[in-house]
Amino acid sequence: MQKVNLNQNLKNQFKSLNITENFSEPVLEVSTEELPGLLIYLRDNKDLRFRQLIDILGVDYPKRENRFDVIYLLLSHEFNNRITVKTSVKLDESLPSVVPIFPVANWFEREAFDMYGIKFTNHPDLRRILTDYEFEGYPLRKDFPLSGHTEVRYDDELKKVVYEPVKLSQAYRDFDFESPWEGTKYIKKEQDKR
Amino acid sequence: MAKETKTMNLNFGPQHPAAHGVLRLILELDGEVIERADPHIGLLHRGTEKLIENKTYTQAIPYFDRLDYVAPMNQEHAFALAIEKLLEINVPLRGSYIRVIFCEIGRILSHILNITTQALDVGALTPSLWGFEEREKLMVFYERVSGSRLHANYFRPGGVHQDFPVGLKEDILDFCKNFPKVIDDLENLLTDNRIFKQRNVDIGIVTPQDAVSHGFSGVMLRGSGVAWDLRRSQPYEVYDKFKFKIPIGKNGDCYDRYLCRIEEMRESTKIIIDALNNLPEGPVMTTDGKVSPPSRAAMKKSMEALIHHFKLFTEGYHVPKGEVYTCVEAPKGEFGVYLIADGSNKPYRCKIKAPGFAHLQAMDYVIKGHMLADVPAVLGSMDIVFGEIDR
Repeated sequence: MQKVNLNQNLKNQFKSLNITENFSEPVLEVSTEELPGLLIYLRDNKDLRFRQLIDILGVDYPKRENRFDVIYLLLSHEFNNRITVKTSVKLDESLPSVVPIFPVANWFEREAFDMYGIKFTNHPDLRRILTDYEFEGYPLRKDFPLSGHTEVRYDDELKKVVYEPVKLSQAYRDFDFESPWEGTKYIKKEQDKR
Repeated sequence: MAKETKTMNLNFGPQHPAAHGVLRLILELDGEVIERADPHIGLLHRGTEKLIENKTYTQAIPYFDRLDYVAPMNQEHAFALAIEKLLEINVPLRGSYIRVIFCEIGRILSHILNITTQALDVGALTPSLWGFEEREKLMVFYERVSGSRLHANYFRPGGVHQDFPVGLKEDILDFCKNFPKVIDDLENLLTDNRIFKQRNVDIGIVTPQDAVSHGFSGVMLRGSGVAWDLRRSQPYEVYDKFKFKIPIGKNGDCYDRYLCRIEEMRESTKIIIDALNNLPEGPVMTTDGKVSPPSRAAMKKSMEALIHHFKLFTEGYHVPKGEVYTCVEAPKGEFGVYLIADGSNKPYRCKIKAPGFAHLQAMDYVIKGHMLADVPAVLGSMDIVFGEIDR
């Protein structure tokens, strides 16, 4: 793996750019407006040539003002190195689609939309991708319950598959492994003490 | 008078033997020529990423077996590497060698399945009968080392779960001695077979530029002539200690991809033999007691070992805050894990990058202008497994 040959003047070109390093690979944080420009620069610059988009992923931080992180992973075959580009959006904000820059982004953005409800403007075909037809909600958000909201079963009388609210015959068990010996940062609730 | 034509929509799947699982492919046909293909995926979606966020790191490993279920250990590898990078622990040399051996076994497992089912899709029955016999032998190796034929749960952060049982090394060497003969037999059936060539040569051509921009990796990329293999270019584990060739295609069609897979199986066999002959002695798992469980014998005698064992299998270990992307050259391409840890015993986010997802996405681009009968050939050569695509 080679070191990424980043131009030091890059910050003049992209005002919102913030360069950090993670495991000796550069991480570029950028605003949503400048994102397409930066990706085109990374793809076409002759010292960088990040021609392959490996993946796009969303991350949910419910307590932050800019709730979602969107992370772009890029790979350069010519120079044998990787780079990460990060941007963040608010709950009701949308960010520009990068499908015109990397055709492979199509399904990645659809997946981020499906899982987190992040909207991409100018996406050619922003449909749900992994969840069921007519699914409601965004499953990978932190406030979406693990069990989901509906369950399906085959109804013998109606002769079709029916959707029903989830009924758990046994309550979902969520253990608190925070050890009191190592000093918890909160006071345990009354019911736990019993 | 202008002739009026109308395209026809055809549902290929979700229940179709050549769809390699549950793929609903909506094809828009002009006669027999395909104008548009719209794959509908997600019929096998199990919410793996959500489940992993709610399980401890140790409990999350088995989910990786269930992604690409024809080569389970390669997936576990990527996850184990991610945790090791965050925890900053090292794998003992013997553990690394065992990992390489089983990753290459996984590659052979996957390629046999792919080659033989691709042949089956285009009308050759015998290869699958011969190939599956070999797969069964390899899965017995899986079973002997991990206790299960498919969902191994064998790679752990810090090494592998257990050392080889007695006699396994000799048996794998024995298999490697006979396996090239089986590849020859398969090649005799397929490589110069007129029907097989008619169905595959010049079908589904992908240019090198398009292969890169469509996010291809693995054989799909190498078949188009791009020399890129993560084992060579960004070596992980101990792959830099092995000598092996990386086959590259010329034309980027289904036939070249088939040839690449055949050659890769031969190279994998060599790597396994090389690794077995140089297998070092020593532990297979890190001796860091905060990550790896103590031995059974130690548990019976030492109170501290017992406490460690109890804590490891209830609470698990805490991974320090951080983000990391690790990837391995899985049989189907670059399989990666983007792991975000928040310092607790569960991952905050674990994004799985599956190679097949990008490959299937390019279906519309590859199949446009082909005949309907080419769909199984192209799907077969893409090496689609729905476990990893739907996640």
